[in-house]
Amino acid sequence: MYKILSKRTLGPQIREYIVEAPEIARVAKSGQFIVLRLHERGERVPLTIVDADTRTGGVTIVVQEVGKSTREMGDHFAAGDDILDFVGPLGVPSEIENYGTVICVGGGLGIAPLYPITRDLKKAGNTVIGIIGARNKDLLFYIDQMDSVCDELIVMTDDGSNGNKGFVSNPLHDIIASDREVNRVWAIGPGIMMKVACNVTREFSVPTVVSLNSIMIDGTGMCGGCRVEVGGEAKFACVDGPEFDGHKVNFDLLMSRQRFYHEEESCALERYLASEKKEEGALV
Amino acid sequence: MSRQKQTPMRQQNPQIRIHNFDEVPLGYSEEEAMIEAERCLQCPTAPCVQGCPVSVDIPRFIEHIKNRRFSEAIATIKETNSLPAVCGRVCPQESQCQGVCTLGIRFEPVAIGKLERFCADWEAQHGGATHQVLPTKEQHVAVIGAGPSGLTAAGDLRKKGYQVTMFELFHVAGGVLMYGIPEFRLPKEIVQREISALKAMGVKIELNKVVGQLYTVDDLMSQGYDAVFIGTGAGLPRFLGIPGENLNGVYTANEFLTRTNLMRAFLFPEYDTPIKVGKRVITVGGGNVAMDSARTALRLGAEESIIVYRRSEQELPARAEEVEHAKEEGVKFQLLTNPVRFVEKDGAIAGAECIRMELGEPDESGRRRPVPIEGSEFVIDADTVVIAIGNGPHPLVPRTTPGLDLTRRGNIVADPDTGQTSREGVFAGGDIVTGAATVIQAMGAGKRAAVAIDHYLQEKRAGKE
Repeated sequence: MYKILSKRTLGPQIREYIVEAPEIARVAKSGQFIVLRLHERGERVPLTIVDADTRTGGVTIVVQEVGKSTREMGDHFAAGDDILDFVGPLGVPSEIENYGTVICVGGGLGIAPLYPITRDLKKAGNTVIGIIGARNKDLLFYIDQMDSVCDELIVMTDDGSNGNKGFVSNPLHDIIASDREVNRVWAIGPGIMMKVACNVTREFSVPTVVSLNSIMIDGTGMCGGCRVEVGGEAKFACVDGPEFDGHKVNFDLLMSRQRFYHEEESCALERYLASEKKEEGALV
Repeated sequence: MSRQKQTPMRQQNPQIRIHNFDEVPLGYSEEEAMIEAERCLQCPTAPCVQGCPVSVDIPRFIEHIKNRRFSEAIATIKETNSLPAVCGRVCPQESQCQGVCTLGIRFEPVAIGKLERFCADWEAQHGGATHQVLPTKEQHVAVIGAGPSGLTAAGDLRKKGYQVTMFELFHVAGGVLMYGIPEFRLPKEIVQREISALKAMGVKIELNKVVGQLYTVDDLMSQGYDAVFIGTGAGLPRFLGIPGENLNGVYTANEFLTRTNLMRAFLFPEYDTPIKVGKRVITVGGGNVAMDSARTALRLGAEESIIVYRRSEQELPARAEEVEHAKEEGVKFQLLTNPVRFVEKDGAIAGAECIRMELGEPDESGRRRPVPIEGSEFVIDADTVVIAIGNGPHPLVPRTTPGLDLTRRGNIVADPDTGQTSREGVFAGGDIVTGAATVIQAMGAGKRAAVAIDHYLQEKRAGKE
């Protein structure tokens, strides 16, 4: 059992949890992830580690409530409650070194895993430009955290409700196309965002790291469900990644594989919401 | 009474069982077991004992059954086998104890596996002798991986009095017995019963602990463990390396079976993990895992389940009983056939283009090498494909243990008699050493390693004094 030390709402259906897992907190590095299972009937959910505190033993994760399990976590798991299984740290850590100038691009929930990488890149001596974006201002989070570890932070929303109107790839293109030297880019977010960001950086030959969130079961190299195509070769996001050279990733395949259980996921969510409603009715 | 034929075991009707995940063979009654035990010749040479990787005293336990001394029978088995309920169900008896049975020279061999299962089930119903444990010693052994080899090594070491802690990456112990072998062949309750017995002896099991990520073998040594046993198995799925293998609807057997067995996807949406099975399912491969996958597909609702295997029926590596059960259930066999590419429609799998094979000269395995027949390509339509062509060594522990000698394929090099690796105090056994083999072979390796670890720790202790 792994106790939830704190829970905080970051936006509509976006929550941050700190979970007590001292052994993991001691060795976790940015770029790695955990797999959690809420209860006996639960599925194994992979989530990137946002922060790890060796003093409190807390491991921070950010969860967007898009499916049944994540909704259930938001509705029924509060500070003080226990999560049944919490495994990690999994995957290969980010390659943090002093590259010179680095742009860290985060879209939507991707801002969460981007934050610790940005922080460590800054610590390593890089000049860091952050670009974060979301559909609208409500879905943006960690603006202050990102601001504190970036030399410069650009905020984008699709609808212009916060920061500039447009996509994160717009300022990314502008900076790289200007005469500023950029040595490396990290881009984390939805498949389509990473694909577009990589198209921008490929044109200017700026090495770009992406973090892939494929569907997986064990997270240790056994199921092969998370396989992605990198440079024409099959790689496992769990043990070979989750970070890869973005210029070599087949994003169309990634997005297609992420959608494979779409029908089942909707069915599970609808069923959950219906039972929640029934329970609410019974309470009234 | 006839000595010629085995006493049949009642089993679920194939038409009914393809709609459920309940166990297929239903077990012997006491009378049936005694009738079968009567067939044993009690021959003085007892080749069956040599045929058993853990040397169970087979004639003695059968003699006890014959005389209705069931409690003594199970105690006899447990002297050398810590997982009898599992072995009675999944051992390839036809190539081990039963394969060399003297009665088998003229008639059907004694049904040793079925009798072993009977004893274990009888004990579960009636309660039996718990394992004897020697007084607890100071020395502590870490066992990495709670599968067949690790569980056996842990049990044997604990019996000798050592403190034993197991590290398992999944959320339950059992390894392939839990995630791989289906419920209808090995009920998970039975596996957990055997594991509870180990825990009752004082074996500690740390779940959700991924050695190689959370800590390394060296970390464990510096935490104070006096010896380490690595039994992390063959977890890395192999691929055919043909176009279309990453399409939606193409599963590795590991994923297909783990979703179903460990995550209970057959109970979706009661359980949260989904699985998607089309009307027509192709399983590529001919081993037990392939049979398990093809039969699981039927139970998940496939109308047609087809095994595609590149050699002929004679070379199928699966247990005879599994092939027979698969056939009874309507699994089709497309033999001497090999996929060359997967066919796509709208981003998902639509079929497998296959080529017919013929058998040529024997290869290094001694089996005749399958050779493609040029121009014989044809397409088998399918909505789901399961790749069950074997697994390589799980890479996390080998990758993170400096000084550990590995084979070219990435398996750990270990002495077959002791499990000793190139690192002092580090032993290994099971599939991580041999490549994918059987449960009982892994158990045998765990057993031999436990003996060697005992010697090593005794010497180490003597050296200190």
